[in-house]
Amino acid sequence: MAEIQQQDKGGGKGGKKRAKKMSTKIDMTPMVDLAFLLLTFFMLTTTFAKPTVMQMTMPVKPKPDDPPQELPASNAFTIIMDENNKIYYYEGLLKEGEAKPELMPTSYAADGIRKVLLERKRRDPKTVVLIKAADKSNYKNMVDILDEMNITDQKKYALVDISKADEDLIKTSGK
Amino acid sequence: MTPMVDLAFLLVTFFMLTTKFAPEEAVVVDTPSSTSELRLPESNVITISVDKDKRVFFGMDDAKPKLAMLSRVGAKYGVSFSAAQAKTFSNLSSFGVPVQQLPDFLSRDNEQRKTIKQPGIPADSLNNQFIDWVVEAQAASRTAFGKPAYIAIKGDGLADVPTVKKVIKLLQEKNINRFNLITDLETKPVAGK
Repeated sequence: MAEIQQQDKGGGKGGKKRAKKMSTKIDMTPMVDLAFLLLTFFMLTTTFAKPTVMQMTMPVKPKPDDPPQELPASNAFTIIMDENNKIYYYEGLLKEGEAKPELMPTSYAADGIRKVLLERKRRDPKTVVLIKAADKSNYKNMVDILDEMNITDQKKYALVDISKADEDLIKTSGK
Repeated sequence: MTPMVDLAFLLVTFFMLTTKFAPEEAVVVDTPSSTSELRLPESNVITISVDKDKRVFFGMDDAKPKLAMLSRVGAKYGVSFSAAQAKTFSNLSSFGVPVQQLPDFLSRDNEQRKTIKQPGIPADSLNNQFIDWVVEAQAASRTAFGKPAYIAIKGDGLADVPTVKKVIKLLQEKNINRFNLITDLETKPVAGK
């Protein structure tokens, strides 16, 4: 412990009262307590200061004279997010005059959409996932689904606007 | 005990010096969580916040390009700022008022500013100030750092999708195709189980 040596100035005329020698040892415990408190505080605040980010790359705007890319229906897998955290998916594409794909309800839980995506990926590694968020769904749903894309390691996925046909499909399916 | 105390104080000093306190946010945004482990870079970040009332806020972290951006956007809309207002602006982490109201907003004191309900930056097709802020911010950080700023979108979990999509679409129109969604950390589940 820190000690300060006090030198006796043994001079003077044998002074009347010699100051009583006090111990110079200080109790450091409160200071150390404070030091550790601060240490913990700063350690915790620094670690959690930086938020994490999810990278997202959107396709470059197509040039007007580029031919539109056709996606074969066999590779298409659509996820639709609706209000109240509802989520549906269907395989294939929704095209005018063709048989409508079957709309399946699922959930955001681990054994919901994730299982479906993994299963689909095993069957068809070239799957392209189309993510359609209805206007009434919330941003959390969008982030959750994008996160599922990372978790299930999908190679190709895109955020697409929801079409009228998709909305009708939800309505008519009644699920 | 002395060596331990020495070490404790050394660490305290270290953490005190390295900590940067999070600046006060203009808007409370409760971000959703994701398993992504990427961290937001330290500097040169533009933060676009979208809250649950469809308001859009704009924030930038570096003071120097921020001032250049302010004067250029101001010039575009014919709004001028005094030196004191510009200084206040450089200390704001984010703001959400139309540029016409910005001088008045900046000349109020800190306490007053907190009580004002900011309407958000107009981002519709008739009055699209939002994209001007982004474009000027990118230009300013390109002159200051030689590279465009990193764009982060901070959306509230309950924010609606059309607003977020609109923001993304506006950015895409300016050929900004790479951006980042700010999220909280969540532990990664084991895939395939």
